Amino acid sequence: MMKIRRNQMLTIITLIVLVIFLYWLNAHRHQNGMLVSVLTKGVILSLVAVSMNLLNGFTGLFSLGQAGFMSIGAYTTAILLIPVKNLDGVYYMNGISPSIRAFKELVAASPQAVQILFPFFALLLGGLLAAFAAALVGIAVLRLKSDYLAIATLGLSEIVRAIFSSPQFDQITNGSYGLNKIPNFPVMLWGAIPSLITPFIIVAICIVFMVMLIKSSYGRAFKAIREDEIAAQAMGINLFKHKEMSFVISSFFSAISGGLLAMYMRSIEAKTFSITMTYDILLIVVIGGIGSVTGSILSAFLVTAAKEWWLRFFDQPLVIGGWHVPLFKTGFRMVIFSLLLMTVVLIYRKGLMGTNEFSWDRLIARFTKRRSAKGGAK
Amino acid sequence: MSMTTILQHCLTGISLGGAYALIAIGYTLVYGILRLINFAHGDIFMMAGYFMIFALASFPWPIAIIITLTVTTLMGIGIERAAYKPLRSAPRMSIMISAIGVSYLLQNLSTYLFTAIPRGYPEIPFLKQIFQIGTISASFVTLLTPVLTIILVIILMLLVNNTKTGMAMRAVSKDFETAQLMGININRVISATFAIGSLLAGVGSILYFTDRMSVTPFSGTLPGLKCFVAAVFGGIGNIPGAVIGGFFIGIVETLLVALGYSTYSDAFTFLLLIVMLLVRPTGLFGEKTVEKV
Repeated sequence: MMKIRRNQMLTIITLIVLVIFLYWLNAHRHQNGMLVSVLTKGVILSLVAVSMNLLNGFTGLFSLGQAGFMSIGAYTTAILLIPVKNLDGVYYMNGISPSIRAFKELVAASPQAVQILFPFFALLLGGLLAAFAAALVGIAVLRLKSDYLAIATLGLSEIVRAIFSSPQFDQITNGSYGLNKIPNFPVMLWGAIPSLITPFIIVAICIVFMVMLIKSSYGRAFKAIREDEIAAQAMGINLFKHKEMSFVISSFFSAISGGLLAMYMRSIEAKTFSITMTYDILLIVVIGGIGSVTGSILSAFLVTAAKEWWLRFFDQPLVIGGWHVPLFKTGFRMVIFSLLLMTVVLIYRKGLMGTNEFSWDRLIARFTKRRSAKGGAK
Repeated sequence: MSMTTILQHCLTGISLGGAYALIAIGYTLVYGILRLINFAHGDIFMMAGYFMIFALASFPWPIAIIITLTVTTLMGIGIERAAYKPLRSAPRMSIMISAIGVSYLLQNLSTYLFTAIPRGYPEIPFLKQIFQIGTISASFVTLLTPVLTIILVIILMLLVNNTKTGMAMRAVSKDFETAQLMGININRVISATFAIGSLLAGVGSILYFTDRMSVTPFSGTLPGLKCFVAAVFGGIGNIPGAVIGGFFIGIVETLLVALGYSTYSDAFTFLLLIVMLLVRPTGLFGEKTVEKV
């Protein structure tokens, strides 16, 4: 009982500290540009990583279609949110389809309350579209087993990309020119939550939902399917229903993350969501530990920070005392990165967290153990 | 479209299909034995392109071809030893992730070594010679590709059906453990499989890039995936099936590009994959597998 209360206290304190830190960061965002962008990108990727983990780690469905669903969310959000005054600039080649323009003008002329809520509606709509697409293809694709499912979903995401960049949809997706002038994150609660903190709140809500799902009876059914499909079926679990559910929910949250990514990057093109994107997310999931939500979150931040910030120096030429250190040039960072991934895959197969979740007990146990070990040495 | 243009496109398609077929064999052999989609196979093919560029810079073409093929083969064996062998007893998902990791590594490594800027593929003079057959004109490589593909496949089939290594390969693909019990050296058979697959990918790479003119670190990804689709289409584990799948995808893709749907030519391949997996998961010539508990 004491332990539970202590852990709750620690969690609440950590959350408060995090919130205070975010508000501090918001006030000093101009001095800490790199930190802000790494944290924002990290939080967005942690959402898609957790959603991939829900599918790959908890349901045992090896899917490589995340980038495709992300692009559905990103494009929906972008098309709906580009301001009316910028439309002609963005669609300078082919013009925008009149019905979309009419809809956007209608929104722009609607009352203030609608306009404040509209960005969230756009995110939600992107998610729902992706969920709908996932539900449709899931009926067909989820019959496939492990590696066939992987290659089929990979193919699906390539099909989505081909559709978005095809000249036939120029007036909607702007074809291969991509979309830009996408507005930044909206503010929440009339400015009480500034736009910098919005993605953190949205992602937190989404991840909490997925954690609750994993802890519910549905989540237990997912895990049963992961462990042994035939045994799960014998226990009365409807295989198709649960697989479809996991696939649809994972796609929904991938699309939300895609929408947030569009707001973060301010400009997107179909190429952004290529196979490499899926591989990057898979890398995060594998490093974090397949089957661990907190592992995915932690690794999303670590990987983003390492890639965009800490390991930057690998890409710059390095000179120590007049000696030009070889190897250091553009691209070296990514080589180090892939070697790191291979090390995790081959040697530390469990990743950061394995299938464990973060817990205060383990953290404290680790520290006290170390201290007592030191004491013993004296 | 006139008859000549159609024939011209068909010829291009057959040539592309030949290169695809050679790559697809690599997928089908490896999948047949290890039940692994070797995601790195497309990147081995891309690396072979770079090897050729560098070999041809300092050697005459016959030696350059030999060097390219040897290095590619060694690389294939090396990748198997380093990245797949340690995971022999691990779940299938980890070995597939390892394959994706190797593909990621090869792409990043070649971006680092050769930069992402497309590099011109050197011309081998006699391959680029233009032939005129009636109203159709074609370079020598276009005519050579399908012929060479078929010759190589026949040699491979003879190898698989008549030699001891071939027999061991068939045994391992039927049943891994029993083959081991019968005294077959599994690791040697797997190495041989990867060697053959990489060698054919090397040949395919020379034929493919001679027609395409340039290599980038990412030019292996899509052909790789397409060739896997070709292998699935023909029935995975089946060599003639992979060849027919390769030719089919090559021809349809070229025709789609000719008709002006070039953005959909990639999507078509994957649509074909999904439809095929749903309608006939064993492919055109695949054997029916029995689900075991």
